[in-house]
Amino acid sequence: MAGVEKPELVTAADEAALEVAFQARVDAETRIEPRDWMPEKYRKFMVRQISQHAHSEYVGMLPEGNWITRAPTLRRKAALLAKIQDEAGHAAYLYSAAETLGTSRDQMLEDLHSGKAKYSSIFNYPTLTWADIGTIGWLVDGAAIVNQVALCRTSYGPYARAMVRICKEESFHQRQGFEIITTLAHGAPEQKAMAQDALNRWWWPALMMFGPHDADSPNSEIAFKWKVKRQSNDDLRQRFVDMTVPQADYLGLTVPDPDLKWNGETGQYDFGAIDWEEFWRVVKGDGLCNRDRLDARRSAHEDGAWVREAALAHAAKKRATKSAA
Amino acid sequence: MTTRKEWPLWEVFIRSRDGLHHKHAGSLHAPDAELAIQNARDLYTRRSEGVSIWVVPSAQITASEPADKDSLFDPAASKVYRHPTFYTIPEEVTNI
Ligand SMILES: [Fe+2]
Ligand SMILES: [Fe+2]
Repeated sequence: MAGVEKPELVTAADEAALEVAFQARVDAETRIEPRDWMPEKYRKFMVRQISQHAHSEYVGMLPEGNWITRAPTLRRKAALLAKIQDEAGHAAYLYSAAETLGTSRDQMLEDLHSGKAKYSSIFNYPTLTWADIGTIGWLVDGAAIVNQVALCRTSYGPYARAMVRICKEESFHQRQGFEIITTLAHGAPEQKAMAQDALNRWWWPALMMFGPHDADSPNSEIAFKWKVKRQSNDDLRQRFVDMTVPQADYLGLTVPDPDLKWNGETGQYDFGAIDWEEFWRVVKGDGLCNRDRLDARRSAHEDGAWVREAALAHAAKKRATKSAA
Repeated sequence: MTTRKEWPLWEVFIRSRDGLHHKHAGSLHAPDAELAIQNARDLYTRRSEGVSIWVVPSAQITASEPADKDSLFDPAASKVYRHPTFYTIPEEVTNI
């Protein structure tokens, strides 16, 4: 349910006590719900994280939308359409969850369109070939699943519930992608080369999806304290690598990392250094597609404005006729 | 600049199968009740999750205060005699 009412004002003295009680609830694994008292900093933190997550789902439709009309078969096209529709749904669940904290949908979209709010940098890379669609499902949705499963137990109730729903839907996204790549990797030499090329381009950006090392992630400490997150960026990234490398082996594709090797002692894969300069460059707006993505979102919003207004006017007119009758 | 005139917020309740209660599924924006149901269909039943939908304007919902939780719900905790296990029945008596 939405937080329709403003939280009550409290004095500074009360505030300290409330904050202690809040942390005790978090520590006791009680979910925080919209109308519960929460520190203003927690509220802001959650709005920022949930809206960024929503924006990622929302912008994430664009690279794949690029291939709907060129999907090679009707089966692939139906799957791709269904996946993209799911991503729109994921954005909607998350925007609603953020709205329970007192922000509005319009405010969030404005912050996205102005560039103030961020979204996952992975969506600033282009989808050049059909193999990119398979690779996105396999790696990008695969990485998203690892991140999102970890968030199913996050402390804010509406966010956790949205994550549970989203996780249920993500599995097919990854599997349809893997099926595409399997077909290409076991196909003609040109098809296999296309799959390898896509893996070469998406592997490192996919690893970057888990965010900077925790030591370089200024928000990590407070996120752990509030149980917004429970596993470190590096731990989740390692889990993804360990899950994915055997899949690449199965496909007969080569992960583009000369330092990648199995470590018998740790029971994990060791992998090479991530180019964090590239990561920050793309976050700050200089990726290949940052401008395109924002332009597409802005114009979709602006071009649709008349529809939103007309629907409201129609609803008002219907109400008026009904009350006149 | 776009004008700030949002579609109102609705709470969505879904009956997942005949014979079950409607259960809160989430919320969404829609200009009116009819489109709220359409949007709820697209948003919450893409995989046959429902056979019936209720939509309620979020502003119409009155909720209990979190601060009243203890005074509202604690009294029930001590009334164990409202549960069947409170009562002792001889072992040889069956079907009760
Ligand atoms: Fe998603
Ligand atoms: Fe997905």
